[in-house]
Amino acid sequence: MKTKIKITSLFFLLALFTHTVFAVNDGGYTKERDVRSEYKEFKDHHLKDNHSFKIFYYKTGNKKKYISFPLPVIIYSEHGLDVFMSSKFYNEKNKRVSHIIDDRIYKIDKKSEKIKATLASGKELKVIDFSITKNVVLILLCIFLMLFVFIKMARSYSKNPIPSGAGRFLEPIVLYIRDDIARPNIGEKHYKRYMGFLLTVFFFIWFVNLFGLTPVGSNVTNNIAVTASLALLTYIITTFTANKNYWGHIFWMPGVPTPMKLILAPIELLGTIIKPFSLMIRLYANMTAGHVVLMSILGLIFIFQSWLGGTLSFGLAFALCLLELLVCALQAYIFTMLSALYFGAAVEEHHHD
Amino acid sequence: MEIPAIVGGGLVVIGAGIGIGRIGGSALEAMARQPELTGKIQTVMLIAAALIEGIGFAALFAL
Repeated sequence: MKTKIKITSLFFLLALFTHTVFAVNDGGYTKERDVRSEYKEFKDHHLKDNHSFKIFYYKTGNKKKYISFPLPVIIYSEHGLDVFMSSKFYNEKNKRVSHIIDDRIYKIDKKSEKIKATLASGKELKVIDFSITKNVVLILLCIFLMLFVFIKMARSYSKNPIPSGAGRFLEPIVLYIRDDIARPNIGEKHYKRYMGFLLTVFFFIWFVNLFGLTPVGSNVTNNIAVTASLALLTYIITTFTANKNYWGHIFWMPGVPTPMKLILAPIELLGTIIKPFSLMIRLYANMTAGHVVLMSILGLIFIFQSWLGGTLSFGLAFALCLLELLVCALQAYIFTMLSALYFGAAVEEHHHD
Repeated sequence: MEIPAIVGGGLVVIGAGIGIGRIGGSALEAMARQPELTGKIQTVMLIAAALIEGIGFAALFAL
């Protein structure tokens, strides 16, 4: 009986697949290609920073209606500061237009979503873009959320040592970072100096990653500039709090023959830069990879074009989102952990004689 | 015959997968043998896994 059910269901599945294949073939080559390239464009666009905050759109008849709000554009060039809202880049029909101030023409490049500026004479203008983009909005949102939650939490401790509200959830995490990350890696004597940075960086990365999983948020850690600044902070703190043993181990490694010291010094010096560099790449690549895979799985809907694709991609996307929840916390943990390790190496006392 | 870069990327990912799998397996064994060292083993395991992962991503970005 059971085998019969198995065979029947297998046959059923096979039939479905063949049906799907035929359906795609019937659609014709150009149609299929259109859907794919259109989806690829959508996917690439999703991974990029944006000058306006689009939440979603719906179609009424032939018109696309966007639920979105514009963000301020701040541009500095040799002609001074230009500030305007990004809604100036779209006309009432939602077509992209260029915005003209005096003789400067600004427009958003469709591919890279970056602002390009030209002068009326046709010459290209070099600009520095300080705009409040989607990512910046989310970073600010995350900062305010963290300030709100943690200041409230800190105040509640002055009244009562037993945590209340969000503190009940966050206290074990704070204690974990102190007792299992900072203390063993940095050492009992120095760990207190670094707790502020470690806690901030952990919760910032974690919250920002979680924002990236919501439908509204763009993934902030998808932007290499963000992770680069975080890694740069680790590098600066390591460099400026290091004691003389740390520099001694870099430039004149004790306990090895002199020719070896000469070889080791440049390698160790390079190592100090590679460490924060790998922090940057790891966080960026992990979060980007998660989003690319998620978007590709969702793309199955458009490639299969049957209920099978929809069901399959829904199930897979659901599972992947659960995995991403884990990855969000894990990446924050690893960043904090490795930062603590580097700080620990910087303040380590002299052991051997 | 030219081998496409994506094949190389795939090979690196296979290597990284084997590496992380071995780390996880060994850590599990070690933790089963000495449960009192779980915390330390976990730390070392995660650091090693993170380093290997970095190589995997480097290969993917070289594509």
